[in-house]
Amino acid sequence: MAAAESYPDDLKYHREHDWARIEGDEATLGITWYAQDSLGELVHYEPPDEGSTLSKDGPYGEVESVKAVSDLISPLSGEVLAVNRKVVDEPETVNEDPYGDGWLVRVRIGDPSEVDGLLDAESYRKLLAEQ
Amino acid sequence: MQTLRRTPLHEQHVVLGARMVPFAGWEMPVQYDGVIPEHRAVREDAGVFDVSHMGEFEVEGPRAKELLQSVLSNDLDRIGPGQAQYTLLTNEQGGILDDLIVYQLDPFRFLLVVNASNRDADFRWLQERELRGSDVRDVSDEYALLAVQGPRSLERLGLTEAPAFTFENGEIDGIECMVNRTGYTGELGVEVLVVADEAGALWERVLERGVKPCGLGARDSLRLEVCYPLHGNDIGPETDAISAGLGWTCALDKEFTGVAELRRIKEEGPERRLVAFVMEDKAIPRQGMAIEEGGEVTSGTHSPMLDQGIGMGYVHSELAEPGQVLTVDVRGRPRRARVVPKPIYKREER
Repeated sequence: MAAAESYPDDLKYHREHDWARIEGDEATLGITWYAQDSLGELVHYEPPDEGSTLSKDGPYGEVESVKAVSDLISPLSGEVLAVNRKVVDEPETVNEDPYGDGWLVRVRIGDPSEVDGLLDAESYRKLLAEQ
Repeated sequence: MQTLRRTPLHEQHVVLGARMVPFAGWEMPVQYDGVIPEHRAVREDAGVFDVSHMGEFEVEGPRAKELLQSVLSNDLDRIGPGQAQYTLLTNEQGGILDDLIVYQLDPFRFLLVVNASNRDADFRWLQERELRGSDVRDVSDEYALLAVQGPRSLERLGLTEAPAFTFENGEIDGIECMVNRTGYTGELGVEVLVVADEAGALWERVLERGVKPCGLGARDSLRLEVCYPLHGNDIGPETDAISAGLGWTCALDKEFTGVAELRRIKEEGPERRLVAFVMEDKAIPRQGMAIEEGGEVTSGTHSPMLDQGIGMGYVHSELAEPGQVLTVDVRGRPRRARVVPKPIYKREER
């Protein structure tokens, strides 16, 4: 079942429709409800290697639906600590629970000052309303 | 910017919440509920597609058949009134200008259903070759075309079985239509031609009968699973029927545009062939990706039935046998694929 539209207040957002949950010096990353809805049911997740380095605003992997491919854009710089294997095996998990079981990678934050440059939920909702 | 054309069912698509996209100059539904549930509905029950963007020509007159025999690859002597035939419109080099279905309405009157993207070019091609005694008319705007496909499609529509590639005038819930036993999904089904004014009513009746609305997304994944070529992807003016595996649509014993070149290719054997493949690595091939052993992907998607990447593409003939391993360049990552017999998906596998 597809999730209902939501943009949780406790997350930070990137304008390319990616979210980050900040927990101390680590962060969990994923794509927003809007991103998964635009793509449709996901059928493939091409994750980064664990231990690889992400750069802010750079692509770190791909997700695909039957029709389309989309780059994953990293909201933050950092090192990949873990990849969500459940999503590799069952990509539709992202459609079912984009902010929970559908997370994509866990990273060690490289530059904490980058967090301040991300959007809060209210600003991200405003951005969507303008599209 | 050119305005997109809308089919007579545009309003119905919007009401159903379809995601509309530009396709061949038309604003068309790519999906309603989702590509995968729509795909499954057609494999397991029944789905309906609005394919009113496709072009329809009538070719009429005492020399209509003579004209068509000279421009189409298949032999119209193989069919009679009430029968239809898959055929190709070819150029002088034997390239494929379009693939289409021709319906023999009566000995002097034929209906051609052509791809939306080629409608205008096809029409000009035919008009330039008209004979005294053959009249070609583009009647596309007078009709809507609904494809109802799936193992339960006939039952849902209250139709009886009939041989593939036949047609009859009939009615569905009192709405008169031409019922064609054709399709683009590999399933049992019909394509129903109806006057544009009645399209909305017919669409509503078909949905009331429990048929699921399906968009172009599912249409593409369904046709690729059964290896039906898409003009503009897998076949085109630069590709010939023999290399594409469509030699069976070419009557090389009759005269038609480009036949000499096709006879030569058949005689010498094509240098490359259109093969079907499945991905052995986890990856989805897409149109335009390179095949590292020499070749290119012409169509690729995720198969909802096999739950893996599938595709078609041209490779050197010596690499075209089932079992051959190929390497697809998936945005810089080499991914392993294996050539398989066509079709990729067969019903018996379930």
